[in-house]
Amino acid sequence: MTILLSVQGVTKRFGGLQALTDVTFDLPEGQILGLIGPNGAGKTTLFNAVNGVYPPEEGRIIFRDKDVTTMKTYYHARMGMARTHQIVQPLNELTVRENVMVGACFGRENQSLGHAADIAEEVLEFVGLAKRADQMAVSLNVAQKKRLEMARALASRPFLLLLDEVLAGLNPSEIGNMVETVKKIRERGITIIMIEHVMKAVMNVSDRIIVLDYGEQIAEGTPEEISSNEKVIEAYLGDPKLAEKLLAED
Amino acid sequence: MKNLRNHLGLLLPILVVAAMTLWPVITDSIANRENSFTILKAIALASSLNILLGYTGYVSFGHIVFYGFGGYFGLYVVNELGWSIWAGILIGGIASGLLAFLLGKAILRLRGAYFALATIGINEAMRAFINNLDLFGGPIGMVLNFSVYKEYGGAAQASSLSFYIMAGLTFAALVISHLVRTSKFGLGLQAVRENEDAAEVMGVIAPDAKTWAYVLSAIIPGMVGVLFFFKNGHIEPPVAFPLHSSIELLVMVMLGGQGTVLGPILGAFAYQGMRGYLVTSDIFKDIQLSVSGVLLLLIVLFIPAGAVGWFRQRIPALRRVLA
Repeated sequence: MTILLSVQGVTKRFGGLQALTDVTFDLPEGQILGLIGPNGAGKTTLFNAVNGVYPPEEGRIIFRDKDVTTMKTYYHARMGMARTHQIVQPLNELTVRENVMVGACFGRENQSLGHAADIAEEVLEFVGLAKRADQMAVSLNVAQKKRLEMARALASRPFLLLLDEVLAGLNPSEIGNMVETVKKIRERGITIIMIEHVMKAVMNVSDRIIVLDYGEQIAEGTPEEISSNEKVIEAYLGDPKLAEKLLAED
Repeated sequence: MKNLRNHLGLLLPILVVAAMTLWPVITDSIANRENSFTILKAIALASSLNILLGYTGYVSFGHIVFYGFGGYFGLYVVNELGWSIWAGILIGGIASGLLAFLLGKAILRLRGAYFALATIGINEAMRAFINNLDLFGGPIGMVLNFSVYKEYGGAAQASSLSFYIMAGLTFAALVISHLVRTSKFGLGLQAVRENEDAAEVMGVIAPDAKTWAYVLSAIIPGMVGVLFFFKNGHIEPPVAFPLHSSIELLVMVMLGGQGTVLGPILGAFAYQGMRGYLVTSDIFKDIQLSVSGVLLLLIVLFIPAGAVGWFRQRIPALRRVLA
């Protein structure tokens, strides 16, 4: 099994705030890694460190055998690392198709405009936005904007996809669709790290899970191991009984 | 066929430039030629500014610095070194492009109002610098040696030649604008305009893209500067770096529609027309600049997309033609 991403002792501070402390893990190719933890645990900060938005103070990030720790985020994108944002960042006054074409044009494959348009067509079909291709991105609703984020990331044909709360704010049927989409993405051979608060979904799709609390990695393991880990239940959910109830919920 | 359709947006701009070029020829009128020259010049400058303002989303309040800077270099080589006007225009374009490249590396990391302020500062600093530069004649500037025109068959012929070169430069500015808009480079610029951070996460190397946009937007103004001061016969700091002209260019781009090829053309026509009326009217002749200020305010408040943008939003069928 080849290691796609290796995060080694990553520490990030914002002034006096210790946002990440010595986070270490390896991610083999083809896996889905779930990243969970209470609000403010440092999950999105970890994404920002991994893809070069805020380089960490300490530690190294190795992506496809290359040290990318201090590289700018656009080089990460060009090497095949794509992400979605927790707070959607559409290019408002461009059409949905153009948004996706940006991903294809400037991502790993560095496509020409013509090819990018074909890729956009295919990816929009895949995420279910084909009908909206000619609309301005600003006119989409939140669920559609989340799909647009995903389409843009996929259009770059990444090796690694960072999904930041793609399920947040969606209704149950939308969540079901999105989970199916995530599974289909994995079938295409794309490795995924997903930050998620919807427990059932993340337990369902992840091969492995890492739990962060106050910037520290408090647990790592399979979904079964994590759901029975008392430390996790206490830190993350506070009340073990509530945790059991949440996990049992259909 | 598909390729032809992609370039449909260039059709109207080409027709406009052709009409503006032929109008004085057909009417055989020097006054019309002067009017046409002024409008073509405004179109060329506004279209260049639009590459930065409209496509990239960076507001340059001091864009006229490239016009003056290129103008000085070009006129210097034509007047003092005896080079041809063609070489002078080339030198002007290169000088302004280089200036933009160096400035871009320094100030394009600023965003929003800070960038706009920096561009004003650069224009004023450049004017003060040239004002004290003996090589370029200091505050007196440079007066074109009359014998220079002889090479082109006299002053009248040189003036006529300048008009056709101006038409060519305007055409070039519009082709550049169109090519940027329809290219992958342009898509990257528009991504930067909409959300620079998101664009970078998607792999757009924003610092490079912005720098090249700035360089592209500076070259034609540099060339136009050389041509204008060659035709004018002299150059001095206040006419080379007039801040109010910078603001007039902004009004033209915003009025016509930023981020479109046609917008700056419409804006240049409308603004020059209005200005022509205002400076000859008794009431407005002293306050015509404040009218442009009010106009800019009204546009930003009520039609931020400009005239072309307004039509495009309402009539989707026009989108291919009104590019």
